[in-house]
Amino acid sequence: MNVRVSGTQPVNIEQDVVLARQLARKLAQDCGMRLIDLTKLVTAVSELARNTMTYGGGGVMDWQIIEDGMRTGVRLTFRDEGPGIPDLKLAMTDGWTSGGGLGLGLTGAKRLVDDFDLETAPGAGTRVMICKWT
Amino acid sequence: MERIPILQMGDFLLVTIQVDMHDQLALTLQDDLSERISQISARGVLIDISALDMVDSFIGRMIGMISGLSRIMDAETVLVGMQPAVAITLVELGMTLPGVSTALNVERGMTLLRARAASQ
Repeated sequence: MNVRVSGTQPVNIEQDVVLARQLARKLAQDCGMRLIDLTKLVTAVSELARNTMTYGGGGVMDWQIIEDGMRTGVRLTFRDEGPGIPDLKLAMTDGWTSGGGLGLGLTGAKRLVDDFDLETAPGAGTRVMICKWT
Repeated sequence: MERIPILQMGDFLLVTIQVDMHDQLALTLQDDLSERISQISARGVLIDISALDMVDSFIGRMIGMISGLSRIMDAETVLVGMQPAVAITLVELGMTLPGVSTALNVERGMTLLRARAASQ
């Protein structure tokens, strides 16, 4: 797997969530992603960036455009040093929320992308990697 | 402070969301709308999201809350102009916006609102 370009975007305040969405849109456009997949990716970014800001107490979004044979994709990793997710199984249940939301953030984001990987431990922060291929 | 404008057309309120909303802006809109509904005794609210290229669970929840809130204040809400890619994504996300009336465009939305106001 080849990384074409990469960078890091801070995710600390509400405006950063908007910027993260706009960056994801631009990256998806750069790889020629079709509109429906682009919309799904940007929506997933919105959910995950909000989680990073709200529950993780802020963090970053690492971004990459990757190439794997004929495929091109956008890979994003949301990292925070927050409290982590104590019960991952519960957090990955549709409709469950620890905040005031609808509980669709994590599970919804997972459905919207091609690859989804989550690492977390109590007190050790959370890392969510997603990838959408063109 | 940044605000989304709310236009009045007779007994109806019209909101066109044209910016990439951050969460606070969405919450401000909710507050402003409930105040305006009460101020002018609005019979209906039309929300045009044709310029929105993304609706996530936060915005979806705000739309649902505006709809529920206006209903208990005796006003109908119609959501119009959702882009196909946005609709597909919302359903996949798990948000089907139960209880929210929708129409394809502003014209059909206004027709729907007028018909409902007349039938009351």
